[in-house]
Parts: sequence; C-alpha cells; structure tokens
Amino acid sequence: MATVIIPTPLRKFTGNSAKINVSGNDVSEIIANLVHQYPDVQKHLLDPSGSVRSFINVFVDEDDIRNLQYNHTHVETRSVISIVPAIAGGNLI
Amino acid sequence: MTQNTLFSKEELARYNRHIIIPGFGMEAQEKLKKSSVLVVGAGGLGSPVLLYLAAAGVGHIGIVDCDVVDDSNLHRQVLFGIEEVGIPKTEAAKKRLLSLNPHITITVYNTQLTSQNAMEIIGGYDVVADGTDNFPTRYLVNDACVLLNKPNVYASIFQFEGQVSVFNQVNEQGVRGPNYRDLFPTPPDPGAVPNCSEAGVLGVLPGIIGSLQALEVIKVITNVGDSLSGRFFTFDALSFESRTFNISKNPANPVNGENPTIKELIDYEQFCGVKAIEKPLKEVSPIDLQDWQEQGLDFQIIDVREADEYDYVNIGTELIPLSTISVLGGTIDRNTRVVVMCKSGMRSAKAIRILEDKYGFNNLYNLEGGIINYINELELDLPTY
Repeated sequence: MATVIIPTPLRKFTGNSAKINVSGNDVSEIIANLVHQYPDVQKHLLDPSGSVRSFINVFVDEDDIRNLQYNHTHVETRSVISIVPAIAGGNLI
Repeated sequence: MTQNTLFSKEELARYNRHIIIPGFGMEAQEKLKKSSVLVVGAGGLGSPVLLYLAAAGVGHIGIVDCDVVDDSNLHRQVLFGIEEVGIPKTEAAKKRLLSLNPHITITVYNTQLTSQNAMEIIGGYDVVADGTDNFPTRYLVNDACVLLNKPNVYASIFQFEGQVSVFNQVNEQGVRGPNYRDLFPTPPDPGAVPNCSEAGVLGVLPGIIGSLQALEVIKVITNVGDSLSGRFFTFDALSFESRTFNISKNPANPVNGENPTIKELIDYEQFCGVKAIEKPLKEVSPIDLQDWQEQGLDFQIIDVREADEYDYVNIGTELIPLSTISVLGGTIDRNTRVVVMCKSGMRSAKAIRILEDKYGFNNLYNLEGGIINYINELELDLPTY
C-alpha cells in the first residue's frame, strides 16, 4: 500500500492520522480509497465534480501530478502521496 | 593594501563572520548592503525575517504592516516586547532593527498593502518577502511581483505546518521560475474549508519557517547556492518531517501564462470571495444587542466558531460550529430573533447564508464585528485573540 500524507487542516477528518496507508494503482484509485476510508475528507478534498480542489496540490513523491499524468499517475507501494493545501497564516476572518 | 570604501571599519567588524565564509565573502556582503528588501507583514514570519535581514546587513529594508502590537502577538512575534503593546508594529520594528544595526536604512509603511498602493511600494525594492496572513494579500503580492518582475520569497504557516518557496525568480539562464498562481490557481472559499474555520500557530514555528525565508532572501540577493525557485518546501513540526517538491509553471496562469488575462492588479478580496455577499444581511451591533438584553427581548445567540475558540472565550451562547451548521441548523428556533456570531463577522455571515438558503430562515441577525467587536465595544474583561 502507498502512503498518503494528510495535511494538518484535514487531519480532523482522518482521526488525527497524518499518514495513512491506502491501496491503489494510480492517484485516482488512491483518492477514491482514501475517501472511502474517511468519507468526511471528501467535501474538503474534492469539488462537486470529484476533482481535487484547485487550492490543493497532490504530489507523488517529489512531483506534482500536474507534471505527471494527473489522476492517472501510477503509484507504487513505496510511493508517498502528499496532499498540500494553500495555507495563509493564522488569521481568522 | 586596498581600502574598502563601501563599508566602515565598524561594519567590517560586524560582518566579519560573513566575509570570512568561503563562497560568500566580501562580494556577497556588498550585494547585501546594496540591496533592498520589502517585508510584507511584521508578524510571526516577519519578526525573524526582519531581525535576520537587518543583522545580516541588507542595506534598505521596507516594512508594510497596519497593525499595532497586541498581547496575543508576543508568543511568536519576537521582534516586539511588552513595552510595545499598543504601538504600530512598523514603528516598533524600526526602532528595534535600528538598535540591532544602525548601518542600514528602514522605511515603514503603516498601511495595508492594497491594489492601489502595491505597485508603487513594491516597485521600489529588489526583493519581496511575503509573510502575510491572508489569501487576498497573498495573491496581491504575487501578482504585483509578477507584473513588476520582482522575486517573491514566500513563507506561510498554519498550526504546526510551514511552507517556503521562491517565486518569480529569474535564473542564470534568464528563465523565470513559477509563481504562487502556478501552484495555487484559486484560493479556498472562505469559511468553506478547515483553514478558515480554525486558527492558531505554535509560537516557535514562524521562527523556524521565517528563518528559512530570511535564508532564501539572502540567497536570492547574493546568488549564493541554489534557491528554492521551482521547488516548494514543507515542514510538519509534529512529525518533524520536511519535504521538498518540484513545481513548475502552469501555461494557464492568468498573470503570466500563455494567454494572460490579468494585466493589472484586481480586487483581491472579491477574487478570494471575502466580499461575496450577494444580498444585505440583517445586522445587530454590540450596543444594540446589549439594549435587547436590557429590554428583556426574547432572542437567542448562536456562536458558529470552532469548539477550541469557544472554550477560549465565549459569552455564554449556544455553540454550533460553521462546519456543522448545514446539518444542525434545522434545530434553530424560527419564532424568535436569532443572533449569529463568530470571531469577526465573516463566518457568521456565511452561516446565515447557509441557513437562509437551506432552511429558509428569516429571523437571523449577524453580530457586527463578531465577539472581538463585542468585547471591545462593551469593554468586557474577556480575552481576545
């Protein structure tokens, strides 16, 4: 299983887990299985059309999936998939 | 024996440990002295950035900030002390930095960076260090830097996590690196995502991340080493894990992609949805709310902040966090006035929109300025944050 790194803002939807082992052969399968495992993650990670929200980047190991094959980027069992959202400091509005 | 005319004897003594570093030396120190850096935000990140850039001998430092020093800043904003509470941050910072290094020049802008003043302010500097705390200013700084061809050394923090990169830097081959919009094409919807409904930061984290930001500013100025241009660094203080990702330009970037549509600065609050209020809300001021209480009117108050914020300070109201409002909202009383409140009035406005749209409420009032305004207006002896 590949390792998914959960960013701080989403950890409250994954039982405070920062690293989750998820099975899947490509990024779309990994995300589908992650959301299946933790349904509350879905609305924060994905837009209504099911795409990863545009203020969130997904990296497989060191590379942005937009520079690979997007959701079809192949994932190995040793791959690390990082979910990296935009953060803007501690100011509340 | 040649005499250095750029530095005084005192400066040469001060910068000696820089000058003797192989690969840095007098050449890099001279570049620092001849350079100018604009630091946007004199807060958690700005504190270490300003201290280290001043100590390092950056010749001219500009500081943009419109806040005054507050008690709640001191756990992380190490630029300031208790005696500066209530004083504009720019003023306090200038005094502290000149006492640290009198051989540099400080220019302060005790104002908010806006679409109206950003081009003029940023245009006067070689490098920008963005340490702001909100999305509209992030996009504003980014776009102004792209339009003005300035490198933007970026850092951001949230709770236990930090991010650092160098945007819009031109490398030795003349190729411009990616910018913030390549990485994050659009901002999060305010109130709809966890990072707008939670807050806080571990005090030492901006010290770590801001120091890395200062490092990258110095590397950009001196051209020593490999900057983070084209790379994006993240640090998780809880797991003590850092990662460095490769990032690249997005042809669809609206500012400098293949078909740019943004050719001048826009309204960034609108772009980030902060102004996305379609129809007027009924509002109640803290003073009016106090009148309602004194008159014995029947009403209910609902606080839509997160539980941690509520535990920190509350005024004895019911708690229904914004993140749960669409599920729990149906239980709210329809037959009495209901005041909805948050920290400063934005999330409660969002909650009212949700409740009106989903459940058809018409008895909801937004508390103007949230609990902070309530505490200040009524001069209550309660903590703010």
